[in-house]
Amino acid sequence: MLKELGRGLLTTFKMLLEGPVTTSYPEEKREVRPRFRGRHVLKRYDNGLEKCIGCSLCAAACPADAIFVEASENTDEERYSPGERYASTYEINMLRCIYCGFCEDACPTEAVVLGDNYELSFTDRHDAIYTKDLLLEPASEGRPTTPQTVEPGVYTRSVPQMENPKD
Amino acid sequence: MRKQVRLTIDDRQITAPAGTLIVNAAKQIGIDIPVFCYHPKMEPVGMCRMCLVEVGRPIIDRNTGQPVLEDGQPKIQFGPKLETACTTPVSEGMVVRGMSEKAKAGQNEIVEFLLTSHPLDCPICDKGGECPLQNLTMEHGPGKSRFLYDEKFHLEKRVPLGDLIFLDRERCIQCARCIRFQDEIAGEPVIGFYNRGRATDIVTYTDPGFDSVFSGNTTDICPVGALTTSDFRFGARTWELKSTASVCGQCPVGCNIVFNTRREAKADGRIVIKRVMPRQNEQVNEIWLCDKGRFAYHYTENGARLSRPLVKKNGKLEASSWDEAAAIAGGKLRSADGEVVVLASGRLSNEDLFNLKSLADGLGGKALLYTQMGGGDLTARFGVGAGTNFGEMGAGTTILVAASDLYNEAPVWHLRVKGAAKRGATVIVANGRETKLDAFAKYVVRYAYGDEVETINGLQQKEKIGEAITSAENLVVLFGSDGLGLNGTSNLAAACAELVQGRAGKPNNGLIGVWPKANDQGAWEIGFRPTDDLSSELKGKTVYVVAADPAGDDPQLAAALKEAKFVIAQELFQTATADLADVVLPAQAYTERDGSFTSGERRAQRFYAAVPAFGESQADYAITALVADAAGVELADSAGQVFENLVVTVEAFAGLTYEILAETAEQWPVVGRGDMYYGGTTYENTRGLGAHLVGWGERGETASRPRVQEETELRPKEGQWLAVPVTKLYDQGLTVRSSKLLESHIGAATVTLHPEAAKRLGAGAGELVEISLNGTTAQVSVLLDETVSASVALLPRGMGLPISGPVVAGLKKV
Ligand code: SF4
Ligand code: SF4
Ligand code: SF4
Ligand code: SF4
Ligand code: FES
Repeated sequence: MLKELGRGLLTTFKMLLEGPVTTSYPEEKREVRPRFRGRHVLKRYDNGLEKCIGCSLCAAACPADAIFVEASENTDEERYSPGERYASTYEINMLRCIYCGFCEDACPTEAVVLGDNYELSFTDRHDAIYTKDLLLEPASEGRPTTPQTVEPGVYTRSVPQMENPKD
Repeated sequence: MRKQVRLTIDDRQITAPAGTLIVNAAKQIGIDIPVFCYHPKMEPVGMCRMCLVEVGRPIIDRNTGQPVLEDGQPKIQFGPKLETACTTPVSEGMVVRGMSEKAKAGQNEIVEFLLTSHPLDCPICDKGGECPLQNLTMEHGPGKSRFLYDEKFHLEKRVPLGDLIFLDRERCIQCARCIRFQDEIAGEPVIGFYNRGRATDIVTYTDPGFDSVFSGNTTDICPVGALTTSDFRFGARTWELKSTASVCGQCPVGCNIVFNTRREAKADGRIVIKRVMPRQNEQVNEIWLCDKGRFAYHYTENGARLSRPLVKKNGKLEASSWDEAAAIAGGKLRSADGEVVVLASGRLSNEDLFNLKSLADGLGGKALLYTQMGGGDLTARFGVGAGTNFGEMGAGTTILVAASDLYNEAPVWHLRVKGAAKRGATVIVANGRETKLDAFAKYVVRYAYGDEVETINGLQQKEKIGEAITSAENLVVLFGSDGLGLNGTSNLAAACAELVQGRAGKPNNGLIGVWPKANDQGAWEIGFRPTDDLSSELKGKTVYVVAADPAGDDPQLAAALKEAKFVIAQELFQTATADLADVVLPAQAYTERDGSFTSGERRAQRFYAAVPAFGESQADYAITALVADAAGVELADSAGQVFENLVVTVEAFAGLTYEILAETAEQWPVVGRGDMYYGGTTYENTRGLGAHLVGWGERGETASRPRVQEETELRPKEGQWLAVPVTKLYDQGLTVRSSKLLESHIGAATVTLHPEAAKRLGAGAGELVEISLNGTTAQVSVLLDETVSASVALLPRGMGLPISGPVVAGLKKV
């Protein structure tokens, strides 16, 4: 009987040396896994233009009917994204979303990406609807945001030539 | 009947009339052979090669003329090459293989080839989701291309062909469907190919560009997203749209349409109409629409529409409740002691008009039709018989178009009459000036304005024309109001009715009124009648004006309305009439409710609610029921119920039910199903083809001879002009002017003169002249037309000038 007790305590002492597995969230935050699917982000190109072209394919792919997209036409004087079309309204209802990532798979321009943010809480159902300005990432340092006035005839392609995603 | 031949397509035995194209024979038994350039409404051209199939024919022994047998079966020899199913007619014993390895490989390579320079921007393409190229690529494409992506041609993506249609040069696969539609079907070759090979481009020949009122149809039949309308560009993805069956409310053709709707953030979350699409009805509009029907619907969504009932208090209209407004209106109608005038227009549905007529009858008042065109009592009697179909008319049929500019008054009839002419029908156009239909007519009769009746009466005496009329197997007479007012059209109708008298009730025979409004025919059938002295009818009466703006159209009528005892206006907008009214009742647009229209061919057709009501507005028939209730008259207040009452009261509608109007039947060509490539994006008709009203003949009544009224002749004195009203398709009317995209087509008021006459006046084309008529003076710009006679001035209706019929006018240069 003593033997069993000793074995149990041994485990206890071993664990004492290993340190805790818990963290003091929210003061301390853990890195998420590379494929973690958190709150969506709408990405931009390096030049500040939005990647989203308002094609609504994410909305079509979404099994939870969480996305609403409405498109408008770009002009060179007021350009949001490359090509002719951009999303003038883009909304995701985070209460409906099941974080399946289908939208990310469906997007032809890799514009919508499920990010690292899992800290979602609302006190009102309406606050669960993330509008485009909440979803769109800020332009990178020193780059203009949208709309931009651009040289005519440069941004004529909506879908850039790109490699297939590797991971 | 044509000789029937037997053949085998993909192992299925069928018989088809000799001469049928393989692609159509296959379609009839539900086999879809992929096509791009072929369209069942147009001549085959064999340009795209998508429809390649293997075709085998029995070997015929030259000596015996009999097929060579092998194992007791005719021996089939397949050609060394694939053949195009869209240009090859069927023949006896033919064997077609559309699914064989060889055929598949052929189709495969064509898709690969078509995609060599296609941008593949489906994510942003308006056709995406209903695109033949997308579908056929998925079904027949190779999946991989041997061509280099970098070698793709990059062409302009936003080329406005006109202000309504945009071309994406990259997406065009050069099938020429759009060009052929304009040439063959619309008869307006305004676009064409330019350059060759990969540089082939669609260009417009006209200024302004793409100058045709049928341009929208090209976007339906374009098998890719190369042609888009400025209305729908990037408006929504096609799979997000809901569709509701309806009927166009712009003219008496009654084209079957679908409203595509969607909830929209730009419209504060309301459900709005995103586009109007044709719905197949081979007896009415086939699969076509005119651009007015396609683009003018925006008035239904105009934010300026009336949203609440208004009641005049201390000389000012103030917002009120339905209860209060209806109680006041009803009370006044009841206490008017029969001195009541209900004035309504043919913009309303059968249900609305029936309730209004019942109210007028219940109160002992008059039901007046607000129109400047008469003769509806005659079309009700001598109208075309059930089963009439312009699409079937050809050799043996004579179509007389009298005093009507069909292209402007009822565009799809223009297209259909033109089609009949092509099939061999004799088309006679009688008009005071040149119209677009003249080019397709066998005989053109030109008269001086004022001689319409004499001219029609004299037609039978003319040698060839008389022959064409009297000995025609079928005779259809369309009469309009080109250059005429109420009396003139009534007389013209009587003269025209004489021609068709003995034929009434037979299919493809009879009289058709080219009315200014969609449901004028229904209004006449229900018992509404116009009057030639509206002013004195209004004075001192309690007037209930519905869907009409007399005060806005004519200052004299405005004055008369001011002298009315009490005015109730029921409208969509705060019109000049509504300004004068004591009670204003907000009506729903027809897109917001159920109902039915009666077309000029006397076909009753249902439409369904597509979008929610604007503000507190209510359906016209329901408002009338509410007002009637307060006036002590009991009326039904649901569309179905009103229609049931209508059917038992008005004999012409006898036997009809909503269910009958909603019946459908198999139609050819088969369109709108999974195979968008065959017929285009036109919708299949699943909600009703409509039904003909009962004719007098079928009701066992004998027709009396029509009577011609005396007409005072207008003789302009030296230096004066005879101003006559003509119809312009895009006018400033309530149901058109809200469409921003039609603005440049609407333009400002004009006057059309003979060049010589204009020279005498010292005014050139586009210059301003001052016109004075009916007590009004206005400045209008001059248009020239050599076919107008010297002292005649053509004035378009609905452009702000008060012209209801021919009138003597003064013109001077400013
Ligand atoms: S993650 Fe899935 S559920 Fe959430 S918005 Fe995207 S597709 Fe819809
Ligand atoms: S996020 Fe991607 S899929 Fe969604 S609308 Fe934008 S471009 Fe299209
Ligand atoms: S625009 Fe469309 S319909 Fe016209 S040729 Fe090109 S692909 Fe054909
Ligand atoms: S022809 Fe007449 S009914 Fe047809 S779409 Fe044009 S306006 Fe509407
Ligand atoms: S060649 Fe037959 S469909 Fe184009």
